[in-house]
Amino acid sequence: MTENRIKIEVPIMANLAAEGRQPEWLFWVGSAGAFDDRYKKVTREFVKILTRFNIDYAVLGTEESDSGDVARRAGNEMLFQMQAITNIQILNAYGVKKIVTCCPHDFNTLKNEYPDLGGHYEVWHHSQFLEKLINEQKINISSEIFSGKTIVFHDPCYLGRANSEYEAPRRVLNAIPAQKTEMKRNRSFGLCCGAGGGQMFKEAEKGDKEVFIERTEEAIATGADIIATACPFCMVMMTDGIKYKNQEERMKNYDIAELVSLSLGL
Amino acid sequence: MIIKQIFFALALLITLLIFGYTMRRIFYYFRFTKKVPLHNIPRRIMVTLQVAIAQTKIFRHPVMGLLHALVFWGFLVILLGSIEMVVDGLAGVERSFRVLGPVYDFLMASGDIFAAIITIAILVFLFRRLFLKVKRFYGTEMKPVSKADANMALSFILILMITLLGMNVFYVIHTQQIGAGQAGVYPVSAWIASLMPELSEQTVWFWHEFNWWFHILLVFAFANVLPYSKHFHVFMSVPNVFVSRISPLGYAENMESITKEVKLMLDPAAAIAPSDAAPAKFGVSDVEDVSWVNYMNALSCTECGRCTAVCPANITGKLLSPRKIMMDVRARMKEKGPGMIREGSNYSDGKSLLYNYITEEELWACTMCNACAQECPVNINQPAIILDLRRYLVLEKSAAPAGLNTAFTNIENNGAPWQFSPQDRLNWANELYLNDHL
Repeated sequence: MTENRIKIEVPIMANLAAEGRQPEWLFWVGSAGAFDDRYKKVTREFVKILTRFNIDYAVLGTEESDSGDVARRAGNEMLFQMQAITNIQILNAYGVKKIVTCCPHDFNTLKNEYPDLGGHYEVWHHSQFLEKLINEQKINISSEIFSGKTIVFHDPCYLGRANSEYEAPRRVLNAIPAQKTEMKRNRSFGLCCGAGGGQMFKEAEKGDKEVFIERTEEAIATGADIIATACPFCMVMMTDGIKYKNQEERMKNYDIAELVSLSLGL
Repeated sequence: MIIKQIFFALALLITLLIFGYTMRRIFYYFRFTKKVPLHNIPRRIMVTLQVAIAQTKIFRHPVMGLLHALVFWGFLVILLGSIEMVVDGLAGVERSFRVLGPVYDFLMASGDIFAAIITIAILVFLFRRLFLKVKRFYGTEMKPVSKADANMALSFILILMITLLGMNVFYVIHTQQIGAGQAGVYPVSAWIASLMPELSEQTVWFWHEFNWWFHILLVFAFANVLPYSKHFHVFMSVPNVFVSRISPLGYAENMESITKEVKLMLDPAAAIAPSDAAPAKFGVSDVEDVSWVNYMNALSCTECGRCTAVCPANITGKLLSPRKIMMDVRARMKEKGPGMIREGSNYSDGKSLLYNYITEEELWACTMCNACAQECPVNINQPAIILDLRRYLVLEKSAAPAGLNTAFTNIENNGAPWQFSPQDRLNWANELYLNDHL
């Protein structure tokens, strides 16, 4: 078991630049990918995939800072622009052209909003990136570890509605031998997990119910064994929802990158 | 004949005068709003054809969507008929567009069929509003006056369609009685005419004239009632779709005024350069702070509630309702606009859109998920106004909820919304191995 293990040294932009090298891709880790305990696992699995398929990439490491998405949508435009302009200075200094990220919020902000402030990049969400690897027949999953399981996909708002990407994550899931099902509210009708627009960091307003409970109940009702997500915030909300509904024995929550990596035995 | 023409011309003149007065007032209100440029006209034409003309978004509710689309397409055809009636009324002639020949037959036939379809659709709509408890027609913002407004608009349309059919029915009988050539083809009305009992020529002509006048005078009245109703939607929704957001739903408008400030902060050399602009107010607190597109959005809202029905906050019992935000913008302009016309844009009545209409609790319940905007059949951008109101609260009043203030401080100090040292940002990469799961 352990003898097959290969230690991964994550390439860092500053080091590559010092050697005069420029990687094809910048992997934008994002604050949640770097600090949230659950999503750090997703970051690690995604890096394993990047390594396994010899993708020429690097991360900014400690030079990366928060994208500013939360600040902007919570109304703190000053803070957003400070973050954005600082990040853009670094990205442009390294001549970054292509970015891949696991966070739909950062995907949206870097892709659609950084151009206003001088940051022009080709930005990919990891669902699109994984779909590309599958289309190029690089990823080929024969593992049966999820066969017999049913997977339901929860659309992240900032991947789906915000950027009209509904199919890439589903095509990635379709490459994994397992049953797939859908919630009643899917794709452009998908219900938010409840964490967007800064909600992740504040108490919910008074109401009958928390949004994440409403959404988890809908996922549970499909009878699926796995809720697949593709967003750090959705991940937190769905995990909390599963706990709240005491379904931890029956139901698991994985990011699509984890499902691919686990299927490939990485 | 000439008396009829004079009477008609007078009715038309009064209609246009009242309409002109109303529209002038409304367009005056636009002058109080913020200017934003319109880019990408070809793309906008495409969006208008898809969303407004082809009605693509209303079909997200397939059954009611189809009924609405039929009413809309029928309206376009019947509008041509109304223009003909105006020409006829002024010139003292009958069915003047008959010169179009086969095209006229086609137009009249479709208008006749559409009139019947619209009658049925409106009856379904009225039935739903009056007898079924459709959840999206309820909510705190749906006061009795809003419901009366909706029922009034539907009743207007119903009577318009009945009189249009009535006019066609008696026209068909009349031409048969006098043996004159009939202009146009009227499949539904001809069928109804075949069921009618024998009537005298005078009676038939009376009922034709009665329906003709009733119909056209009602069109004139309706046109002047609309701007004061939520059903102003009829005029505003097509242009609204044209000016609506064409960027991806996830895109939030950049605040240029903030960009200037941030660049000054980041570039000390520029700080010495004198700033000529007066200190700008950040965000929106009252109706004159919204952009003209936001206001156009508000005017085209017909209170269908599809936005509110999909709002995660509203579904889970929070105060927020995207429909209410749009209705509030409209109502606030109606309240403050006349004062601003009277006393200039500095006019204050001691109230504001924020606080008096829209509360902080509503604004902070939004998840910015854009489900409302996705759903809106006329491309209203509700989150844009919510965001601009939040911007005012945060940038001008420092009034964010405690949790968000903590997140702001963390982002400022550590570059992440949580309290971690930026030096630990790459710790996830420690002890990372390939083939770990084997």
